Formats: sequence, C-alpha cells, structure tokens
Amino acid sequence: MLENYLPILFFMIIGIAIGAVMSIIGFLLGTRRPNPEKDSPYECGFEAFEDARMKFDVRYYLVAILFIIFDLEIAFLFPWAVIIKSAGLFEFIAMMIFLSILVIGFIYEWKKGALEWE
Amino acid sequence: MQTLIYVITILLYIVVILVPLMVGVAYLTLAERKIIGYMQVRIGPNRVNLPLPLLNKLRGFGQPIADAFKLMFKEIVLPTHSNRFLFIIAPTISFAPAIAAWAVIPFAEGWVLSDINVGLLYILAMTSMSVYGILIAGWASNSKYALLGTLRSAAQVVSYEIAMGFALVGVLMAAGSLNLSDIVAAQNGSFLHWFWLPLLPLFAIYFISGVAETNRAPFDVAEGESEIVAGFHVEYSGMLFAIFFLAEYANMILIAALASLMFLGGWLSPFQGIPVLEPMFAWVPGIFWLLGKMSIFLFLYLWSRATFPRYRYDQIMRLGWKVFIPITLVWIVVIGVAILVKLPPWFDIVAKG
Repeated sequence: MLENYLPILFFMIIGIAIGAVMSIIGFLLGTRRPNPEKDSPYECGFEAFEDARMKFDVRYYLVAILFIIFDLEIAFLFPWAVIIKSAGLFEFIAMMIFLSILVIGFIYEWKKGALEWE
Repeated sequence: MQTLIYVITILLYIVVILVPLMVGVAYLTLAERKIIGYMQVRIGPNRVNLPLPLLNKLRGFGQPIADAFKLMFKEIVLPTHSNRFLFIIAPTISFAPAIAAWAVIPFAEGWVLSDINVGLLYILAMTSMSVYGILIAGWASNSKYALLGTLRSAAQVVSYEIAMGFALVGVLMAAGSLNLSDIVAAQNGSFLHWFWLPLLPLFAIYFISGVAETNRAPFDVAEGESEIVAGFHVEYSGMLFAIFFLAEYANMILIAALASLMFLGGWLSPFQGIPVLEPMFAWVPGIFWLLGKMSIFLFLYLWSRATFPRYRYDQIMRLGWKVFIPITLVWIVVIGVAILVKLPPWFDIVAKG
C-alpha cells in the first residue's frame, strides 16, 4: 500500500525541480540592468511613501479564524461521509446533532455581523 | 536493479502526464485569447505560425511558444525592499502543488499513477497549498498593491474552500469512497447515474468555488487589473511571473478534471445505457470522454471571463459565506436522508466494505 505514495513524492520533487529550473533559466537568460527607479516598489509613479507592511483590516483575521472552525468541521465530516452508506440511523442522527450545534454557532456569528463587509 | 527499473518507470509515467499537461497549459492560454477575441468580435493572436507541415495553416498557433521564449529572455526585477529569498521561491511554492495534485488523477479505467485510497483528501491538501504561494509572494514583494491583493486573495480562497469542502463531503457520501477511481465507478450506469443530478446544487457550487479558488474572473479581485494593477504579482516579471501563470492555468485544468471526475462520470461514456448509441460509441477510449468533459469546463471558465463583470469584494464574501455554505449544509442533510431511505437509482446499492 505504502509504495503507492512513492510516485506522489516523486511528483512533488519534480514539481519543485521544474519551478527551480525555470527560475534559474530566467535568471541566466534574462538581462540584468538594475537601477534604483526600476527596483523601487510599484506605486503608480510615486516614490513609495512608507513601508508597505502597514495595518490592515481586522476582518481578514476574522475570516481566517472562522475558516479554521469550518475547515475542522469538514475534516470531521470526511470519515463520516465515507461510511454513511453502510451505516444506519444512529450514525446519521449523531452527525445531525453535531451539525446542528455548528449551525447554531454559524447563525450566531451571522447575527453578530461577523460576515458583514460594509 | 529492480528498484532502479521501478523508479525509472515512475519517472516515465510522470513525464507522460506532465508533458501533455504543460502543452495543455500553453495552448489553454492561446484558447483563452482566441475565444475571448471571437466573443469580442476580434480575431485574437494570428501572426505567429508554427513552421510545421499541417499546423502552418493555423494562424497564431505558435503564439504560446513565442510567449514562452519572450518571457525567458525578460529581465527579472528584484525590488529593493523585497525579501529576496521568499520573493524568488514564492512562484515555485504555488507551482509545485498545482503539478503534484495530478499524481492521483485517473485518466481512464486503471490509468492512474498512484491509486491511493485518500485521493480526494490529497487533492484538497494540494489545492489548499496554492494560497501559500500567493501569500508569500504578496508579503515578500513589500509593495502596497501586492499586499492588498494578497489579503483579498487569501480571505477569498479560504472562504470558498469551505464551500468546496462541503461539496466534496456530498460527493463522498454519494460515492462512499475517497479514491477517485471508485468515485467514478460509483457513477456507472447511465448519464442519469452521474452525480451531477442528485448533487446538482453541490455541482454548481463546486465549479463556482473552483473558479473563485483559482482567482479567475469574475472572482479575480486578487488581480483586479483596473483597481490594484495586478495584485500579488505586480512586482513579478520574466520567468518568475511565467511560473505563477503556469500554476494558475494548471490549477484551472485540475479543477476542470475534478469536476468531470466527481460530477460528470469521468471517463464513462455519456451514451451508456442508451440502446443504439452505446454500441456505436463503445470503441471510443475513456480518456477522450474525460478530455471532452474537461474542455466543457475550461470553456465555461473562459466564457464567464468574457461575459461577467468583476464581483465587488463584499459581494464575493457574501456569496461564499451566506449563500454557498448554507446551501451545501442543507444539501448534505438531504443526501443523508436520501441515503437512509435508499433513494433509487443512486443510493439503492449498498457500498462495498
């Protein structure tokens, strides 16, 4: 069984190798004439005002946190989904209870406005 | 010795998968420019021909190759304030998973390089990796446009990944397996047995999320040429930019392949179970059906790019969180009930094992 994973490892190595080789080709064949104007960060013709690593909206962070909760939920659903065909009413109801708890949480965050963007 | 032969065989198979994939990516860019051109009553690229016997009549057929050579000889600009190391490896980080995901795709019955029983989980892991390339690229560039594009793109990709994950859960319930070959086998019967019919909302959501996941129009706020110039790859040029481009198109083809495998019966003939047509088309190899179905999805990608205006960012997030996630949750319950009552013709067969 485990030898089926060997091609995957090779595939990843080859993927990285192709990317690396293409980058190296780009550096070898491309011209290289740097000057301060060309190398400055792009800002519609202005000189860059300040460092680009500025404060950003906290909502992006909120989305990331909500994503973790829901992604974990999906991870819990996967094994259940694979066996549901051979399982019975008990497994179905167990998952429905689990899902309804999460749906309550989802409704709560919706009502709290965590999903609003304006 | 035996190990060496085994390793060489694997490497040969990888080449057999990757070369057509790379050619497909190259010619998808040409198809995009041609199709969108014709939709806008233009001709598209028509100057560069291939100097080969039959192909030299096809105008513009050499364009992708000319583009590749052009990008090779372009300067790679390294911005002053960027983090050099991250800046250079970011394209490779987004490219490698887009390629590696193809290891578990079955192209026809038995035509699969690595037949693992967690195939779908592996695909989900690999497609999730693509967001790292974007994040690292935007952060390392140290440019305001790049950072804005990165933030947007990261939030959008993770939001649609949830809807996508729930859609996959629906497929798993219907198929009872994580192995992609088994998922196709579970759709055997006729084109009414394919999962697009019982999972119709999930099918639509999967494909739309796939478009959002690859940052394609109408969800391309990460690039948004007209507002943040090019988003996360604004500072990239030359070959490094080309790698991002390749990764994006490889991901598009991957989403098309997955949608065909999971919802449109993969390599199964659409004429299965139809009296006269089935024997008439029985000689067609399965891979042609798969490629045909993939072409439909790829055309949809290009068509929607030519047709729809770009979504506003708050609309994208609303669609992802407030429309797709509730629909998928409801449909998972619906599928659960359908499996419990063994609804024919999809759920009346008890899964093996």
